[in-house]
Amino acid sequence: MKTLMLGNEAVARGLYEAGCCFVSSYPGTPSTEITECVAKYEEVYAEWAPNEKVALEAALGASLTGKRSFCAMKHVGLNVAADPLFTISYTGVNAGLVIGVADDAGMHSSQNEQDSRHYAKASKIPMLEPSDSAEALSFAKLAYELSEKFDTAVLIKMCTRVSHSQSVVETGERVVPEQKKYEKNPAKYIMMPVNAKRRHPEVETRTKALTEWAEQTDINRIEPGQDTSCGIITSSTCYQYVKEALGDTYPVLKLGMIWPMPQQKIKDFAATVDRLVVVEELDGFIEAHCKNLGLSVSGKDLFTNIGELSQNLVKEKLGGTVQTGTCLAEDIPARPPVMCAGCPHRSIFYVLKKLNLTVLGDIGCYTLGAVAPLGAIDTTVCMGASVSGLHGFVKAGGEEMEGRTVAVIGDSTFIHSGVTGLINIAYNESNATVIILDNSITGMTGHQQNPTTGYNLKGDPCTKIDLESLCHAVGIQRVRVVDPYDMDTCQKVIKEELAEKEPSVIISRRPCALLKYVKHPGPICSDPEKCKGCKACMNIGCPAISMVDGKAKIDATLCVGCGVCEQLCKFDALGAKE
Amino acid sequence: METKNIMIVGVGGQGTLLASKLLGRLLLGKGYDVKVSEVHGMSQRGGSVVTYVRWGDRVCSPIIDKGQADCVLSFELLEAARYTEYVKPGGRIIVNSQQINPMPVVAGAASYPENLVEKIAGLGIQVDAFDALTLAEEAGSSKAVNLVLMGRLSKHFEFTTQEWMEAIEHSVPPKFLEMNKKAFALGQSA
Repeated sequence: MKTLMLGNEAVARGLYEAGCCFVSSYPGTPSTEITECVAKYEEVYAEWAPNEKVALEAALGASLTGKRSFCAMKHVGLNVAADPLFTISYTGVNAGLVIGVADDAGMHSSQNEQDSRHYAKASKIPMLEPSDSAEALSFAKLAYELSEKFDTAVLIKMCTRVSHSQSVVETGERVVPEQKKYEKNPAKYIMMPVNAKRRHPEVETRTKALTEWAEQTDINRIEPGQDTSCGIITSSTCYQYVKEALGDTYPVLKLGMIWPMPQQKIKDFAATVDRLVVVEELDGFIEAHCKNLGLSVSGKDLFTNIGELSQNLVKEKLGGTVQTGTCLAEDIPARPPVMCAGCPHRSIFYVLKKLNLTVLGDIGCYTLGAVAPLGAIDTTVCMGASVSGLHGFVKAGGEEMEGRTVAVIGDSTFIHSGVTGLINIAYNESNATVIILDNSITGMTGHQQNPTTGYNLKGDPCTKIDLESLCHAVGIQRVRVVDPYDMDTCQKVIKEELAEKEPSVIISRRPCALLKYVKHPGPICSDPEKCKGCKACMNIGCPAISMVDGKAKIDATLCVGCGVCEQLCKFDALGAKE
Repeated sequence: METKNIMIVGVGGQGTLLASKLLGRLLLGKGYDVKVSEVHGMSQRGGSVVTYVRWGDRVCSPIIDKGQADCVLSFELLEAARYTEYVKPGGRIIVNSQQINPMPVVAGAASYPENLVEKIAGLGIQVDAFDALTLAEEAGSSKAVNLVLMGRLSKHFEFTTQEWMEAIEHSVPPKFLEMNKKAFALGQSA
């Protein structure tokens, strides 16, 4: 049946059809929907793991028992999973093991735009790179064949445009291969030096065999063109830009497997054209391979290694004329993302700013506490870095920093990798104050359950990790819980804990305002008679409040009645219900 | 046929994804090659959002580049102004005249530009501006702005009402079907 599917949904369908039985992932844009979609198939066990390293190790375990398994993450998640990745390369698999990784060129929703293809080469694990949803589906199935044929995990590299574009796919039936037996095999699965030394040559032999396969496979295919003055090597979404911009003008070598790459096929292709050009996003990965083969090639001299490419850019650089439209002469104000009306994070950041604290931030919706008018965050690096960074900050900064520095981290991020930083704080005794922003969900990626919510990926009730007990258990004596909507108490508790001479955790607890089960009191009103136009309520950056003719006005379609602005108004002008 | 391009733009949370889902369904049913590109994650939080819908005999790129859109369907006035550069010569903008202040305007750091409809028309773009929010409320919910705009869009493309209705039935929950059909009809006749 022909149907439209997101690239991520198509990967999920491919996993299903390939008989995948076990999926463990951590959410991250743009990879999240792969796991959400595959969880809808009853035949597939799927879960959210606490982080990507745990997810990949769980998937390896499932593979060893003889079931086809899968694990998805965003590009930076692969950094977290890199430890098992490099050694899984040595152990190989039992049943097929496939790893989905989604890059985010252009940083639509990420803190960097690292190019995951380097991981394939560095870990010596083959990587497939689909260019649309149909390939996402077929490559997911092919990945299992390769995984079992060559005894290796296989990476499928997605990117924002492939993950989040819908295109036409044809679905097939699910076929579950016969379950393989687990057999004890210390030489293959115990990677202590004596065994690992024997496995490494196997990895190199496997890479040679995969390179041979890359020469033969039709997923690395040459598409003829009318004009051989130029030949293009490309892959992923860039292949689509090339075809859109240039049609069948120039011959194209389209690579479906991006590591290992063929050698002879590329040399033969180069010999048929006058000039060789590589069109690829981010780093010159294919280009470097071509140069290693001794070929003269253009790539990053034409196309930027920053951000995304597009059909206009390809056309412009390869000789076509580009027609563009017209901008308005005046500046159009930007519309950056904002914290939602009623967001429980807003008031905490207001208090932190009011107290003029240094705030080490983390990854999640609450990163928006960095933007005006709140502007309350000093740093954002990676998952968990707020807590571990705070330890170094106050340990090295001494008493001067201790009393005026905090870390803020969400519930899911804390479980992902904040808790290890907290263990360091307890163990190495830094006088640190950590604020866990517990909104009872993984927010930014679109409401995924996590170990602290009491529900699993399939939506069933499950064990709920108790944050207070967890903090106590790792050695933090002082753990306090506040309601972020109550700003006076928040301020008092934060000041008290900063003054204490021992580490403490403050849990700011209130569920995300967008969760369906959360009941709101409903919109408030402003009283123009009482409003003095002092703009105190504007300091929280709530999208529901604006100044109209010098008076605060509440947008009733957005306001949920959280009451935070009411606490800021000295003239009692906010709060009357409609 | 030459590939057709529609950009759907608006503010995160306005329901642009349902509009693209509905269009995708309709176009696939007509036997076209279709690509629909969305944005998820960070930018959905009240930020400027863009969806690309492309169809034809063979569609390659999932995105619409500058100067390529046959039509920009905008859920908000400022967002229409933001993407004029994407409209191809002779192209069209259909826009809900509702204004939603972005944070720099709310915070007083910028002002919402005035007379945007006239200014966009001054670029040689055909502008069809109307109050879709009021029509949506008339149909039963401010959330039905997307269906009002779909109704308006239907006047410019060659699909039958039956084809539209089939796509609507597949894309909205049964509970809201009548309300959404009414919103579509109001947009169509406005």
